[in-house]
Amino acid sequence: MGFMILLLTGFVLTFTAPWIRRRLRKWSLPVFLLYPLAALALLWNISETIQKQSAIAVSLPWVPSLGVNLSLRIDGLGWLFGLLISGIGALVIVYAHGYLHHHPQENRFYGFLFLFMTAMLGVVWSEDIFLLFVFWELTSISSFLLIGLEHPEEKARKAALQALLVTAGGGLALLAGLVGLTLITGSSNLSVMNTLNGKIVQSELYLPVLLLILAGAFTKSAQFPFHFWLPGAMAAPTPVSAYLHSATMVKAGVYLLARLTPALGGTPQWHTLLTLFGLATLLAGAFLALGQTDLKRLLAYTTVASLGTMVFLIGLGDSLAIKSAITLILAHALYKGALFFVAGGIDHSAHTRDLNRLGGLAGTMPFTAFAAVLAGLSMLGLPPALGFISKELVYEAALESASGGNALIALIALSGVTAVGIWVAFLPFWKKPDEQTARGHGEEITLWLPPVLLGLISLGLGLLPGIASKALVQPAVEAVLLKSTPVKLALWHGFTPMLALSGLTLAIGTVLALNRMRFQPAVQTILQTLAPISPERGYERGLTGLKHFAALQTNFLQNGYFRRYLMVTILSGILLVGIVLLQSDSLPWTSFTPPRFYEVILVGVILTGVFSVTRTSSRMVAAALLGMMGFTIALIYLLYSAPDLAMVQFTIETLSVILFVLVIYRLPQFTRTRGGPPAVLDVVVSVAAGVLVTVLVLTLSAVPHDSLVTSFYAENSLKLAQGRNVVNVILVDFRGFDTLGEITVLALAGIGVFALLKLSGKTEAIRTSSQEETK
Amino acid sequence: MNAWSIAPIGLALAWGIMGLIFWQRIRLLRWLGVLGSTSFVALSIALLTMVQKEKFLILQVGAWRAPFGITIAIDLLGALMVTMTSVLAWFIALYSLTEIDESQVRYGFYPLFFLLLMGVFGAFTTGDLFNLYVWFEVMLMASFVLMALGGYRAQLEGATKYVLLNLIGSTFFLIAAGLTYSLTGTLNMADLAVQIREIDNPSLPLVLSALFLIAFGIKAAIFPLFFWLPASYHTPPVAVTALFSGLLTKVGVYAMVRVFTLIFPFNGTILQPILLVLAGFTMVTGVLGAAAQWDLRRLLSFHIISQIGYLIMGLGLFTPLALAGTIFFTLHVVIAKAALFLVSGMIQRLTGTFNLKSLGNLAQTQPGMALLFAFPALSLAGLPPFSGFFAKLILVRAGLEAQQGAIVAVSLVVSLLTLFSMSKIWQEAFWKPARREGKGILPVHMWGAVGGIVVVGVLLGLFANPIMTLSLQAAEQLLQPSMYIQMVLGGQP
Repeated sequence: MGFMILLLTGFVLTFTAPWIRRRLRKWSLPVFLLYPLAALALLWNISETIQKQSAIAVSLPWVPSLGVNLSLRIDGLGWLFGLLISGIGALVIVYAHGYLHHHPQENRFYGFLFLFMTAMLGVVWSEDIFLLFVFWELTSISSFLLIGLEHPEEKARKAALQALLVTAGGGLALLAGLVGLTLITGSSNLSVMNTLNGKIVQSELYLPVLLLILAGAFTKSAQFPFHFWLPGAMAAPTPVSAYLHSATMVKAGVYLLARLTPALGGTPQWHTLLTLFGLATLLAGAFLALGQTDLKRLLAYTTVASLGTMVFLIGLGDSLAIKSAITLILAHALYKGALFFVAGGIDHSAHTRDLNRLGGLAGTMPFTAFAAVLAGLSMLGLPPALGFISKELVYEAALESASGGNALIALIALSGVTAVGIWVAFLPFWKKPDEQTARGHGEEITLWLPPVLLGLISLGLGLLPGIASKALVQPAVEAVLLKSTPVKLALWHGFTPMLALSGLTLAIGTVLALNRMRFQPAVQTILQTLAPISPERGYERGLTGLKHFAALQTNFLQNGYFRRYLMVTILSGILLVGIVLLQSDSLPWTSFTPPRFYEVILVGVILTGVFSVTRTSSRMVAAALLGMMGFTIALIYLLYSAPDLAMVQFTIETLSVILFVLVIYRLPQFTRTRGGPPAVLDVVVSVAAGVLVTVLVLTLSAVPHDSLVTSFYAENSLKLAQGRNVVNVILVDFRGFDTLGEITVLALAGIGVFALLKLSGKTEAIRTSSQEETK
Repeated sequence: MNAWSIAPIGLALAWGIMGLIFWQRIRLLRWLGVLGSTSFVALSIALLTMVQKEKFLILQVGAWRAPFGITIAIDLLGALMVTMTSVLAWFIALYSLTEIDESQVRYGFYPLFFLLLMGVFGAFTTGDLFNLYVWFEVMLMASFVLMALGGYRAQLEGATKYVLLNLIGSTFFLIAAGLTYSLTGTLNMADLAVQIREIDNPSLPLVLSALFLIAFGIKAAIFPLFFWLPASYHTPPVAVTALFSGLLTKVGVYAMVRVFTLIFPFNGTILQPILLVLAGFTMVTGVLGAAAQWDLRRLLSFHIISQIGYLIMGLGLFTPLALAGTIFFTLHVVIAKAALFLVSGMIQRLTGTFNLKSLGNLAQTQPGMALLFAFPALSLAGLPPFSGFFAKLILVRAGLEAQQGAIVAVSLVVSLLTLFSMSKIWQEAFWKPARREGKGILPVHMWGAVGGIVVVGVLLGLFANPIMTLSLQAAEQLLQPSMYIQMVLGGQP
């Protein structure tokens, strides 16, 4: 229950944090810290349960009619992620107080941050997959808002949109996949689904569901070819990059894959897709990183590489691989978060993040340099940092997997990552400054303390691998695999192939790092050559194409020509009814009495009238012809012994013609609007409409029926309603309510005429910026 | 017999007459609008409670027993729609206090407003096919005059296109109703349901269904019959557009739902795939139309069309879950859409323009407004935890259950495009530096009206369960018309 209240508090903080920040200024820091610390306390509180491989669960109904409930379940995996999210979150709050000081968006930044923190905790604690999805999308929204924090700049706005579209697009696929999964399993509870692997895998929906869920996870975790939004997201302020785009949010996809391993995993499809995409991402990330000179972009691409590694490991799926994935998640969050903090500190101090302009900062920023060394050790995989253990495990898992190529790919890519690690963690501090080096000025405690802490934890966990394995990794691994899996991490395994590979990686990485000036231009050239076929360009093309197509189709459809609208509307009606009419068989076509000769004459008169109206160029003639047609129709009423109806029709026609004539003199000159081929189309459509209605009337009225209603009216109009004229009785009694409506229509028309006469004549359009429709 | 069922129509008529009596008393009329709408809200909630207890509220007008007179029947769907209309009308009335200018009030805005509602209530509650036509006419005339009220050139042009294209729809409706009568000899919907099921030749009802589909399709602005909507909705005052967006097209959809569940169930016929295809095209063309716009109100108008596609999708799937989806989606989209239109009106009030190109920086200068925009916008794009998410979830689920993967895929892509065009508004109006800064402050009841409707929308998402349950029940009721038929024709069971 405490967890539920915590999450609710988070949402309250989302809306109140800006206000709190404005009121308390500096003192908001301790208040804000309470939230992640409370989360940590709650987690600490249940650590014994977690160590015993059990879980805390709580559930409240939300929309039970759709089977969506507020169910949380915190097991080892959620616990580990919860620690990372709230722990690093607390440091981010501290860091941001220094980093964003005097930033124009400072106050609302905290609102967005709490939204994210809460959503992310929700993702890793949700038991109901739809609840998970809700939080998942909320992380996308908060990420959008945070990337766009510098929104006066177009770059930030574009990057925010890009991240949103990619992750939300994946989110939609995920939603479809999750719905599919519930349809297969009949439950939306993760722990239930995770027991139904056989049923899921054998379902014919398995592959589509898998692909959809992978699309969601891959976009979120920046897997190739969706990785491009992550470097773009570096437009966000550094605390955001450290938190969302390296330590936590981007791992949500990895989390989901780990979480669903028991439900979806263990199949060749799962294995192939995950290892394939994981390795491709690892390679692409490492290679792209080598071409960068901006600290944050370097870190972003190596994050991509690490995420690829995690997906690869989860794809392998055996207990060793999962163990190494979890260790990597932990190690990566610690060192990458720290390095982002360091990069932000450098930016803050030297006002640049360009490798070429950085150097010799160790003197002015000793604490930051210390943090960088600590984190750098872990990133390079040097003992005794946690990163060393994790790298060993990665190699071990890769070597154990069937294909030896995996290890080779990992070697190549990780060497690149190592080189980047050296650049980021050491170059800015220890390179000899030259004339283009930017000068740094001091450092602030809020900016160096968080990375130092992270670095120390990283080191500490490496030195005490027992704690790391027992307390953190093992519960998570067991939560993923749903079976007891003893985990023993150690710094020293003896002389193993893994150690050799580690050493080799380091050697190649160092060589690469030292020769940056020589090969980096080459990498950049290759990247530039590849740029036209890069996924990012694809995204941009897609977006531009979409806009073009949207404009094109809208101009085509909604083109402002009323005649076109009219024609398409009628034509659609004809087509639809026509299709139905044609495909349905055996319409009663038969028995109707042959027309009498005066009926033929009357119809002839009407048709002639119609034809002449379309040909005449005088309004007066047109009005007269319309009147003539009306009178002819009235004659038809007469023939069918409805004299009262005919009388009404006569009156109306006479009045209309008189009114027409009165109005015509006030109208501008009548001009024919068009002729030629388009007119032929008009004729065809009109004739088709006429024919269609005729056919309908003939077929439908050919069916004999005995109407109860008609006879009831005839019998009872005098008896019950005291009226001799049946039509009148229908109008004022049997169906008098209709008449009420019609009277209302008349009243409305009256108001309309009055108002339009009084209010017209204002030609200046105030309310609409452009006068007419888009043309 | 339950006389309450006619109360919405009667009350709206009474207020409309009051509006005519106090013609030209401007201040009084404005508050009359709020007062009248309040009474609708109270009445509709009472009706909703009664319907939940008694299932159907039925009145035979003039005590002529069905099918000889006209039946007014409120079931759960009708009650939900009446409630939605009343709630929307209340917020619009509040917003209109200052948005509708004096000359418009002087020349009948409030009588028109009430009589439009009378038409809408009538359409939602009638149990008679021709009577439905009559209410369509009332609505059409009232909305036409409301649209043209003000006399600006663009308004007149928009209103003309609106009324003429809708008259085509009315013509189709009239032809269809006439042919139905000539085939069955009755106009009472319950009786029709019986008579149509007794016809041996299945093609005849099918042809009639196609005609009704066109007639209501024009009203509902589905593809390719929607031209009147983008041609006209951006011309009247924003309060009127918001009201129309909530009511007019939805009445068309309601009519489809009613007629195609009660009288002409089309599942299994060729109309079902046709309807799904049309739903897909409606979604796509609508959202693409929106993506191409730079005028805030036009952009939102195109979104109405796109969302209609979702409603039609639910109907086309024709399962209880899908129909519940249509109902819930209707309630959701009416609230969300009206909120967005009203926010756009606030923006225009503040900056003098609807043009996204000249707007900007509102997130900084108007954080409150940004919040009021963000909630319904995210909801419209179907993002959780807003009502749009549940609306989408239920449709996706129903679609996958019915194994209609294609339409589900389309609906998901369209919801991404919706998000895209919402983020376009966000980027242009709220984030980018402004070319023209807004100044002045907005009247407090404007904030109240918009804030209120946004809150209603948010609550509809956060506390979706009660309404979702009602929607499911209403859908259940629709798919078992025998109960309705018996209640209308057979009196007390």
